[in-house]
Amino acid sequence: MTGRTFGRQLSAADALATMPIEERLILPCLQRIQSSFGYITDDSVDAVAEFLNVSRAEVIGVLTYYHDLRRTPAPAVAVGVCVAEACQAVGARSLIADIEADFQTAIGAQSSGAPIEFIKAYCLGNCALGPAIMVNRRLIGRCDIDRVRAAVREAQEGNR
Amino acid sequence: MSVRVFVPGDSAACSVGADEVAALIAELAAARGITVEVIRNGSRGMLWLEPFVEVQTPAGRIGYGPVAPGDVASLIDAGLLEGEDHALGHGLVEEIGWLARQQRVSFARVGLADPLDLDEYRNLGGLAGLRRALKTPVDEVVGDILASGLRGRGGAGFPAGIKWRTVLEADADQKFVCCNADEGDSGTFADRMLMEGDPFTLLEGMAIAGVTIGASLGLIYVRSEYPAAIATLRTAVDIARVDGWLGADVSGSGRAFDVRVVEGAGSYVCGEETAMLESLEGKRGMVRPKPPIPALQGLFGKPTLVHNVLTLSAVPAIMAEGPTAYQSLGVDRSRGTQVFQLAGNIARGGIVELAFGVSLRELVEDFGGATRSGRPVRAVQVGGPLGAYLPESALDVSMDYEALAAAGSMLGHGGVVVFDDTVDMAAQARFAMEFCAVESCGKCTPCRIGSTRGVEVIDKITAGVDRARNLELLEELCETMTDGSLCAMGGLTPLPVRSAVTHFGEDFHRPVNGRQGQ
Repeated sequence: MTGRTFGRQLSAADALATMPIEERLILPCLQRIQSSFGYITDDSVDAVAEFLNVSRAEVIGVLTYYHDLRRTPAPAVAVGVCVAEACQAVGARSLIADIEADFQTAIGAQSSGAPIEFIKAYCLGNCALGPAIMVNRRLIGRCDIDRVRAAVREAQEGNR
Repeated sequence: MSVRVFVPGDSAACSVGADEVAALIAELAAARGITVEVIRNGSRGMLWLEPFVEVQTPAGRIGYGPVAPGDVASLIDAGLLEGEDHALGHGLVEEIGWLARQQRVSFARVGLADPLDLDEYRNLGGLAGLRRALKTPVDEVVGDILASGLRGRGGAGFPAGIKWRTVLEADADQKFVCCNADEGDSGTFADRMLMEGDPFTLLEGMAIAGVTIGASLGLIYVRSEYPAAIATLRTAVDIARVDGWLGADVSGSGRAFDVRVVEGAGSYVCGEETAMLESLEGKRGMVRPKPPIPALQGLFGKPTLVHNVLTLSAVPAIMAEGPTAYQSLGVDRSRGTQVFQLAGNIARGGIVELAFGVSLRELVEDFGGATRSGRPVRAVQVGGPLGAYLPESALDVSMDYEALAAAGSMLGHGGVVVFDDTVDMAAQARFAMEFCAVESCGKCTPCRIGSTRGVEVIDKITAGVDRARNLELLEELCETMTDGSLCAMGGLTPLPVRSAVTHFGEDFHRPVNGRQGQ
């Protein structure tokens, strides 16, 4: 995801320099870093702290608060599996068991280096068409293990 | 002349194949030499029929659904494009009882047209509310909002007009309108469907609020789980600016109001208004103590009108038609309509907008058609993950703020999640505590630590360890969380837990080896 400017690697400071004035706050800066590089390194934390003239502790405080912000490289395929009530009511618990058996993985926190990552999502806003998952920002409803497999495969093949 | 075909672009519809269906209709019609115009409308809210395809005929719009991609060829051969009958056909859409029996105000335009077609928006009555508001003295506008009886639809139910008056009367160089679109409650999706299906209504509601209270900037805080809503809103803002009703001079009134769409970063508590303000300031989404109230010291310490999407989306209709029409709907102190969302294990899930006072049973049985699985309804959770679980015997409760509170429940954001008789209510109570542990912002000890202790205590109860004492301990823990937390996260997590124990106590007393795993 790393961009280039004038033949050199885009740095965190470069990514921040183009932030509009009203977005020069800790969270939007971290979101900008993540959208530019895929994740947030310690060096980027330093860059944000310097850019905003705040302490590293404040930046790390925000970074560790929000579920979306990540400190490890993003996987090629990120799957959020809804585990909230409306999807539980239509079999999310057994879908999770099927996914864990089928993909030989645990649905849980962010991983590092895995090509596919399954994390728990707490509601994707598709509560009448559950169980729902989100694969690389694409919402899938009425899921069973076959639909999960197909969606993951399409994401891996880059069709989506 | 080309045939007009409507295939929703709503993300729920797309989650079950609407994009593929739309592409196939265009492709197969072209192959047959028929010219079609495929319009990606919002969803009508009949989600069990998605993808729901409509065809414009001289008699009106004819609906078909649920249309799987594999059905398209046979549908076209059977005369879909002429509105012919078919096994998937539902006849004239406006005559479908499920829709016709609703009283749509906020959702009146959703599903009718391309959500980003501003001319259609005007044709369907859009911007009449803003026009009237700009011609009316600001204190009269506030008086109309008060008279309409509109209350906050995010869950708290605070009278909107009082908030408007407070911000209007506050003296400050800068004020804000903040729209809370951090719709995190499981079982709710009305904000998303409105933002995707009729974004101009929300923007018009915000513009009316902004020019009335003297705010020049509005912010919409949208959760990151809603990428399509964010994209639609941003495009809608650009269109409204070009058209001149957002920006430095709203419709030539000399008053400024612009809108920015801000994306969240994954945090349930940011749906609480003060945590949302912290997040909008770029900080951790920690709850602020009140007072000071946001209406006086909100975003960056300035007077801020904070409303949910549905509250602001009711405003254009109130201004266009006057407060009396809205006020005449509903019961007691719950005036107007509520956008109910039928979700979970339900045969006919979706959006049901009705005046307050409909019974939960009518929603679940008449509209919802009971469970999707066909098994008996055992529990219904009303008002999101912090709402109570009601047993089948309690379904006759009237759906309004006060009646639900009296029944030990709450309306919340209007979500209704149905469970059949396979549900394990001890597992649901455990999940409520687990969710609180994951999402607690950490400010209040009873919420931060109590939720983890709550999971442990429920695990002991289900494992058969000293059940009577641990149930007593769970009750004490719930009391501490209720009384000792600043916001609804810790304060209301005990609601689903206690209601599960009260109404479904047998699930906490099952033989240990007879219980299914988590």
